[in-house]
Amino acid sequence: MELKYLFKPSTMAVIGVSTSQDNHPANVIYTKNNLRYPVKTFPVNPKGGMLHREKLYRSIADIEENIDMAVIAVRAEFVPKVMEDCIQKGVKGAVIVSGGFAEAGNRALQQRLTDMAREAGFPFVGPNCLGIYAPDHVDTFFLPGERIIRPKKGNVGFISQSGGVLVDQMVKFAGQGIGVSLAVSIGNKAFLRETDMLDWFAEDVETKVIAFYVEGFEKGEGRLFIQKAEQCGKPVVVLKAGKSKKGMEAVSSHTASLAGDYRVFSDIMKQHCVAEADNEYELTSFCEALSCFQKGIQGHIGVLSLSGGHGVIAVDACELHGMTVPRLDPKTMETIREKVSPAIRNIISLGNPLDLTGSSVDNDIVTAATHLARDKGIECLLALLIPYSPGVSADIGAKLSQVARNEGKPMIAYVPNEEKYRIIIEGFELNDIPVASSVDGAVLMAKALKRCRPC
Amino acid sequence: MLKKKIRTLIEAHKDLGWVPEPSAKAIMKAQGLDIPEFVLTNSFEKAEQFLRKSKGPVVAKAVSKKILHKTEYQAVVTGITTSRRLKKEMERLQGLEGCEAVLVEEMVQGLEVIVGAKNDFQFGPVVVLGIGGTSVEIYNDTAIRMAPLKPGDVFSMVDSLKAKALFSGYRGRDGVNMEVLTYTLVRFSHLIMTLEKDMDSVDLNPVICTKDRCIIADARIILKKA
Repeated sequence: MELKYLFKPSTMAVIGVSTSQDNHPANVIYTKNNLRYPVKTFPVNPKGGMLHREKLYRSIADIEENIDMAVIAVRAEFVPKVMEDCIQKGVKGAVIVSGGFAEAGNRALQQRLTDMAREAGFPFVGPNCLGIYAPDHVDTFFLPGERIIRPKKGNVGFISQSGGVLVDQMVKFAGQGIGVSLAVSIGNKAFLRETDMLDWFAEDVETKVIAFYVEGFEKGEGRLFIQKAEQCGKPVVVLKAGKSKKGMEAVSSHTASLAGDYRVFSDIMKQHCVAEADNEYELTSFCEALSCFQKGIQGHIGVLSLSGGHGVIAVDACELHGMTVPRLDPKTMETIREKVSPAIRNIISLGNPLDLTGSSVDNDIVTAATHLARDKGIECLLALLIPYSPGVSADIGAKLSQVARNEGKPMIAYVPNEEKYRIIIEGFELNDIPVASSVDGAVLMAKALKRCRPC
Repeated sequence: MLKKKIRTLIEAHKDLGWVPEPSAKAIMKAQGLDIPEFVLTNSFEKAEQFLRKSKGPVVAKAVSKKILHKTEYQAVVTGITTSRRLKKEMERLQGLEGCEAVLVEEMVQGLEVIVGAKNDFQFGPVVVLGIGGTSVEIYNDTAIRMAPLKPGDVFSMVDSLKAKALFSGYRGRDGVNMEVLTYTLVRFSHLIMTLEKDMDSVDLNPVICTKDRCIIADARIILKKA
């Protein structure tokens, strides 16, 4: 099935725009796309007339141009008729924002939509969803632009059963500098489901990481999901809700979904190398790390720090998350001792973690990182970069990024997330080195690489 | 394709809703899995003959369609070495509710594991491996994988158990023959794939693992409700 017109439309109709309420979901969607996105947008309301001095179409059939995608935001009982009009018109897909379907007990009405769409080969997202956000392209979230924080364009594809979780995750992604290729709230997933989205993202060249917020699968659907995740060759991250019995009840009343036995879910994800994030914080860390490095590691970490304490904290966290901090090759230690500045030669702690102390300067850090990366026993570097001492320059982020690129090993940095250190953080992030705002966060990023299949 | 023998045994128990021990073990045997030497009888003479032929102690169990969890009915007696005890226990077992016959089998010593299967709503047949016996629910030290299994899955299952050291031999005890355990789990996983339409869950508990064998000491198959 062709989904590119649905996710990357050139023309879009918003059906159900109100003539009296400017904050009606359809109006919010129409206004933001009309004013701020390149997609050509047409408002539709059976009353016709004008909206904001522009023509309001009585029906989608009245629009002269071909329409790639329709946003349907009318009352549930009118949706089948509107969908029929869209199919007649030759529209290539829809986002059905309207609620009042399976989640409200109206399964038969929802089934009608699914049957109609299947017969016509008409893909749709929803119902009961926020729809899609494709940066710089289209945004069907019915939330005013000034209320939300949008991540920039990037390589993470995100799919969520819950619209609220999706928007909240967008804010978190934006905060960590993670960009998305496409974010989709699939709502009741009456037509397009997680497995269809895996197919789309597997083929999409802009997407390198595929992340899901999942509440539950249908009968046998988990097996299909796993098969597709294995075949797609890109790292897949899942955050599962409805883990506890109590949580499961909440899920059932939320999007009318059946949640399964969590232990089975979790063990099978592990078996098939899908990275399961335990919470939103891990989900964000995993996505950030995997958007920079898709290749998996076994979990042998080299820790470089400017303070003994940070090194020890990192080692504890590595152990907790099933990673090792191996001994360094004696040659590595010898070389580092030889090459660092004489001023710190006798005060550094040579080993893993490697503590260069607060007296080190940029060159020492770069030298140590280079030789740590060359050690055969180390697969990934944690650079715990506390920028408080005068020897650390504003260029250290950019400099260390070059080391990682030259040596071909993943590096993850920790820099306190403060405006003052933005230049160091950007020095890393603009050069594709993920930066965590805590030591724990940096270790979680390394864990993401470990959970990913070594390929 | 399901072997004819397995299909017949499954169909024969559809009304009951579960396949009790002797038949469930026969299904495992038909799948090429290892079960203990046994005699299924109501005759004390035959049972005694089996005891005398056995190299070590024997186990006696009541076979009853009324008894799903044998331990709760004291329907299993282990470590029988004398004719006197065998006679006494056999008579007691025969008095239990619905007892059709007594299963007398060789008693094997080794690491007791549970091998199970569940027909999961989202993922279909899955295999469970854990530390077995009657306290399995208390320790809940288990690993779950989607069937069918690959040999590598079995190693990762063992590796993920808290009790993994018991498999490689602990304090001078023999470890488990991983090759045989792998064969057992992989064959079992293929069986449950072919039983997808029939099976709700399977318990092989315990499976006794030694340095040479993995012997299914008890088995039952819960069938899907019609």
